[in-house]
Amino acid sequence: MNNDYVISVQGLTKRFGHFTAVDNISFDVKRGEIFGFLGANGAGKTTAMRMLCGLSKPTEGKATVAGFDVYTKNEQIKKNIGYMSQKFSLYEDLTVKENIRFYAGIYGKSDQFIRQKTEIVLQQLHLTNEANKLVGSLPLGWKQKLAFSVAIFHEPGIVFLDEPTGGVDPVTRREFWNMIYEAAANGITVFVTTHYMDEAEYCGRISIMVDGKIEALDTPTMLKQKFEARSMDEVFLKLARKASRSDN
Amino acid sequence: MKPVIIDHIVKSYSSKKDKVVAVDDLSFEVEQGELFGIIGPDGAGKTSMFRVMATLLVQDSGKALIDGFDTVKDYKAIRQRIGYMPGRFSLYQDLTVEENINFFATIFNTTLNENYDLVKDIYSQIEPFKDRRAGKLSGGMKQKLALSCALIHKPSVLLLDEPTTGVDAVSRKEFWEMLKKLKKQGITILVSTPYMDEAGLCDRIALVQNGKLLSLNTPEGVTNSFDKPLLAAKSSDMLRLLKHLKAAPGVVDAYPFGEYHHIVLNKNYNRPELENYIINGQADAEIIEAAPNIEDCFMNLMKN
Repeated sequence: MNNDYVISVQGLTKRFGHFTAVDNISFDVKRGEIFGFLGANGAGKTTAMRMLCGLSKPTEGKATVAGFDVYTKNEQIKKNIGYMSQKFSLYEDLTVKENIRFYAGIYGKSDQFIRQKTEIVLQQLHLTNEANKLVGSLPLGWKQKLAFSVAIFHEPGIVFLDEPTGGVDPVTRREFWNMIYEAAANGITVFVTTHYMDEAEYCGRISIMVDGKIEALDTPTMLKQKFEARSMDEVFLKLARKASRSDN
Repeated sequence: MKPVIIDHIVKSYSSKKDKVVAVDDLSFEVEQGELFGIIGPDGAGKTSMFRVMATLLVQDSGKALIDGFDTVKDYKAIRQRIGYMPGRFSLYQDLTVEENINFFATIFNTTLNENYDLVKDIYSQIEPFKDRRAGKLSGGMKQKLALSCALIHKPSVLLLDEPTTGVDAVSRKEFWEMLKKLKKQGITILVSTPYMDEAGLCDRIALVQNGKLLSLNTPEGVTNSFDKPLLAAKSSDMLRLLKHLKAAPGVVDAYPFGEYHHIVLNKNYNRPELENYIINGQADAEIIEAAPNIEDCFMNLMKN
């Protein structure tokens, strides 16, 4: 497999009994790319993401993430990726600093690395004065930005973001995307899902899943041309309206 | 008498260490048959406000009247008159579709048959699955069942707390179609959402942030009150363009907006000077006029 690809997927399939949640999907994601993974509720996004994060074994097909095989090297995958879920996942009753130390410790980072990088991250987030405050007392927007910084603290090659901006105010949403751009510029590959169609425009390439299959995969500009649509919202509606199944 | 009168409501939550003011002196009134949107991000106080209106939470101060009844004194009368759909799915997962709807009908001393006309459009879509347990329904079907249950006693005011959060773009459009049909039947509807693009579907909207009202108007009224010139620009390197725009002459604010970056300008900015500056930094930049939408307005109000 090509070394430029951080994610490489061929014919990946997951069945639950007679139900094919993910149906023979194939795609590659390049290093430093921002890859948007879109689809209606129930299209199979979460199942596909779980397989790529090493949390669920595929039924068929091949996939490597950060160079590791999803069947045999799933523990290595977990060590080499970052993950941020749509549900806020930091500990509200630990301080900002304690959360960072806890997660970095899980990833096996040295005390010295943690100490030095914590200072840098707190400065970037303008949270130096809040370092010893409980995370639960921070406004939501700050929590989401902190959660992202924690997800990439151990400097993974790739970070998976599952609806990171749901319910976040429009200003913070944009600050969040700024952080995504910076991370990508530093060589971290970003794999992101969202329900905000304006955010789809910020991705380098986008795949759209319908009923377990990838129905479209291209840059936002090319997708709009191909589907004769003015916006990504229109592209998404044209594709997702064809879906026969829906679920959460 | 207006169906909903909210008069200087304050609601705070205290713990040993700190106090959070969730609703900070909020006032608004809703007209009969109006589709009224409360728009704001998480933490704006939307759910607290809905829980006060639904008589499930008592405010610290202020007054809320539903159909002329006081939410504190006359809570029993109000509960007969409102339909409330909380943000989290709260029907009985281990009862079937039909059992859920019959349960709610019975609580309100009515039957499905009696008000079938009202819920027909929505309920008929899930009726083929009436023997399925609610917990086994898809997200879209759960939403339809919850809405049917909230409507079964023919409420005069319908309170929908974030019905479309986490729902994909297609299902969101379908849900708003249903609301438009309900509005035609004369029901007053209050709906909250964090999605700014849904604001345009309401008759009037309240933009809220940190428990406070930023603006209260029709969607057109809100966008018409945007008080600065707005342009949009794109180029082959959007990140560099954004940094460049932020430092440009006459620019108050610049931020990504889908395919383009939006540029908020001083009233007396000089367009040729600005265009020169942009093209000098990014030769392939394209600059066009832009019309502000609700999200531009919300950000402008947030930053003021």
